[in-house]
Amino acid sequence: MKVEIISPVEKIYTGEIKLLQVPGSLGSFQVLKNHAPIVSTLREGVIRIIDQTDRESRFPVTGGVIEVKKNRIVVLVETVKS
Amino acid sequence: MQTLKEIRTRIKSVSSTRQITAAMKMVAAAKLRKAQDAILRLRPYASAMHHILLNVTVGAEKNGNKIFTENREPENILIVLVTANRGLCGAFNANVIKHVRMLTEEKYTQQLGNKQVHFICIGKKGYDFLRLRQYPVLAHDQELGEKPRFEEAAKLADELKTWFIEKKYDRIYLVYNQFKNAAVQMPVAEMFLPLRMEKKPSGWQRPADYIMEPSRDVLLEELIPRSLRIQLFKALTDSYAAEQGARMTAMHQATDNATELLRELQLTYNKARQAAITKELSEIVGGADAL
Repeated sequence: MKVEIISPVEKIYTGEIKLLQVPGSLGSFQVLKNHAPIVSTLREGVIRIIDQTDRESRFPVTGGVIEVKKNRIVVLVETVKS
Repeated sequence: MQTLKEIRTRIKSVSSTRQITAAMKMVAAAKLRKAQDAILRLRPYASAMHHILLNVTVGAEKNGNKIFTENREPENILIVLVTANRGLCGAFNANVIKHVRMLTEEKYTQQLGNKQVHFICIGKKGYDFLRLRQYPVLAHDQELGEKPRFEEAAKLADELKTWFIEKKYDRIYLVYNQFKNAAVQMPVAEMFLPLRMEKKPSGWQRPADYIMEPSRDVLLEELIPRSLRIQLFKALTDSYAAEQGARMTAMHQATDNATELLRELQLTYNKARQAAITKELSEIVGGADAL
């Protein structure tokens, strides 16, 4: 599945991944292949990504929105703490 | 007939003006490229936001909460006017100011008379204009338009949102120059709040049944302010790019005009110089004949 993490000033991450973990407002959850369509807000926390080569990346965020639909994931964040 | 010296001075001054306009054109071109880049970079975010919002609002029209869409009687109007800080950019500032006057004087004549139309100015030119005519200007800022930063745009957008919710203002407009391409800007007045629910685009299919977390209403309450922030940021970025485009075109034209003027002056100068020489020669010849 394909993921895009986008902020107003840049695309932070795009690529094929195996797993995505996000800090949802109702609690942290993971997205694997063929996840049901969902829209959720995010609270402050860390987005964790495991890509095709099993490499893990982490992006701390202050909040945002995630949309999952047909193995396409879009995460909108306003600021990413470096 | 101008004297040779007068023409020489004019040539000098025109050519130094030409140097300045040519330099300004180049500076504007470089800034324009950067500004266009910024527009391109915010576009994916804006369109994804728009898309998600559309998916979430479908079906929310009837019973959704109305804090952002409430259509009150327009009593207090707030206009956010985005202009440039500096001139020498053609009709850029004049056009957008004209747009504001059209909007206020035609649509909100009464409120304008009652001093119920307030302004926030981003950019010095708009502020100067409004202050001169003693319009109530709530706040003005000269840096936001010069270097649009998302954080500050977001802060302003949040403030506007709060004022709308608290019913301090019933209509909030953004008036700015939309960037079409390097040579074309279009002044527009966008209604910022209340939000108008968008019609579904043709060929729209009901999206998959989303799980909405925490709930549709909470989602909308989160999403709409975010979308407002990006809308304001986009307006600022657009206006900045449009300004650089306008300045580049204006300075290009000025440089061309100066070149043309220089050519004509040079011609008159050469003619005058030749005439002076001929006159002198014929005087010498005449003098020699008389001897």
